[in-house]
Amino acid sequence: MSSMDQTSVAAAPQEEKVASPGGGIAPSERALRIIVPVVMLVALVGLWEWYTTAYNVPHYILPGPDLVAQSMINDWPVLSQALLVTLKITFAALGIALVGGVLIAILFAQSKWIELALSPYMVILQVTPVVAVAPLILIYAPSTQAALLICAWLVAFFPVFSNTAQGLKSTDHNLLNLFELYGASRWQTLIHLKLPAALPFFLAGLRIAGGLALIAAVVAEFAAGSAGAGSGLAFRILESQYRLNIPRLFAALLLLCGTGVAIYGVTSLLSHLLLRRWHESAIRREN
Amino acid sequence: MSTTAPNLVVPHSAASAAHGRPIVRLDHISKTFSNGTIALKDMSLTIGEGEFVSLLGPSGCGKSTALRIIAGLGEATTGRVEWPTMSHDAAGKPEREIGFVFQEPTLMPWATVFKNVWLPLRLHGLSKTAARERVMAALEMVGLEKFADSYPRELSGGMKMRVSIARALVTRPRVLLMDEPFAALDEITRQKLNDDLLRLWEQFGWTIVFVTHSVFESVYLSSRIVIMAARPGRVIDELSVDAPHPRGISFRTSTAYSDYCRQASESLLSAIGANDHL
Ligand SMILES: Nc1ncnc2c1ncn2[C@@H]1O[C@H](COP(=O)(O)OP(=O)(O)OP(=O)(O)O)[C@@H](O)[C@H]1O
Ligand SMILES: [Mg+2]
Repeated sequence: MSSMDQTSVAAAPQEEKVASPGGGIAPSERALRIIVPVVMLVALVGLWEWYTTAYNVPHYILPGPDLVAQSMINDWPVLSQALLVTLKITFAALGIALVGGVLIAILFAQSKWIELALSPYMVILQVTPVVAVAPLILIYAPSTQAALLICAWLVAFFPVFSNTAQGLKSTDHNLLNLFELYGASRWQTLIHLKLPAALPFFLAGLRIAGGLALIAAVVAEFAAGSAGAGSGLAFRILESQYRLNIPRLFAALLLLCGTGVAIYGVTSLLSHLLLRRWHESAIRREN
Repeated sequence: MSTTAPNLVVPHSAASAAHGRPIVRLDHISKTFSNGTIALKDMSLTIGEGEFVSLLGPSGCGKSTALRIIAGLGEATTGRVEWPTMSHDAAGKPEREIGFVFQEPTLMPWATVFKNVWLPLRLHGLSKTAARERVMAALEMVGLEKFADSYPRELSGGMKMRVSIARALVTRPRVLLMDEPFAALDEITRQKLNDDLLRLWEQFGWTIVFVTHSVFESVYLSSRIVIMAARPGRVIDELSVDAPHPRGISFRTSTAYSDYCRQASESLLSAIGANDHL
């Protein structure tokens, strides 16, 4: 109705400011957000360097950062090869865990009988330590790589599954009523309502699963003790320990940490990008 | 449609509306929740085609519950809801064309205002381009066409409610169920929306069931007021408001209006008095 426009037009100019979110951070704060972590990192490395030189720590106990860097450069062909192997297992496991976790969560949301029948096994999957089942999986799996993949998948699967299942269950009842009222099919309710509502839960699961997949890929490799060209970072760490090549051990460790941080960073960024327009978790409080 | 002068289209005066064929009939409805709360007890109500019925009652008397049962959301514990004039689908469910405005805005936070209003049409298979005109027209009715691309969290409480009203209007339903739709609005916007709602009702001949706390609002809008009491929720009185349409400021300042308001208030007081332990 045209008569109503007056109120909204009068209100629009003030309200329109709200329509561009994320613009509220001052430039100085943005700079600090980068400077503070960098300064912290430099300070830590400096402390490490100072400690090893000041106390004359032997390099087979604690090598200085320079030695580690040197080893990183010299051993890069070996290390990068191992990193690639570990990354492949991690991401393959994560990928399968995402697809499987979401699909099974959807299945659970469709029928409470399926949920009743399967949930004990989901819990068993979760509570059994991967190191304990790794030997069995190594026997059953066709290759060591496949065994590692299965182990990593087992660990990454549960957070994705349980978070998504929780999210699918947490849909606003009023919105469910609304969909029912307009005669939405099960499929439409799933696509247009339950899945978007579960997205924040799924993304929280993804962030946990990303880190866990990496950890599991490494732990499983320790358990498997595989060797040769197809070996990942875990094996290189063990090997360096046997040979007392501590700088290389540190370099491999650093690569692992870096990978973990990167995975966390990427999944957090993804989560932020997907939620920034609407979810409380991704929006600055503004009153 | 917003340009049509209201006095040119008055297919439903209050008098004719009261005599409309029954469109929905509540037959001795009771509702007991699983925690033992008796929300409704033996409620019977017939709503005629083209009527504007207000459910007026104190908080917790089962107005929302009654409205949900009319909409077919949640089964009544005993009793039946009948839609005598509506066709039934293969499963035997009446194919009601209902628009529902919930007490809370009930918007999808991940979708823009446009997509929220598009939803009912989208569920019936209308593409975004096919629905655009109707969605924008509905948004215009509530004065929010400039906010089509905003997200619900960027709107005020009253604006969210208006989006929710636009979503209910977008399907041009035969029956409109509204649960305190204007409670969160300021007096001026509320009055505007009251006027607009009345005009749309006169224009399209909808049947409206309108839940409210406000005596004044119910008298101004309705052709009939159903007064309910709490614990257990039940109908205790009915008041038909026979003032002619279109209603406007002259009705709101008339003695007839204040008489109706006094009658409704007295009924409501006795409704609350019936539960003096509250
Ligand atoms: N899901 C539920 N489970 C249990 N009890 C409920 C539920 N929903 C409502 N009730 C109870 O039913 C009664 C009626 O609730 P209803 O929401 O219909 O009241 P109302 O008249 O709409 O009140 P208000 O004006 O405050 O919105 C209340 O006493 C409430 O406690
Ligand atoms: Mg209510």
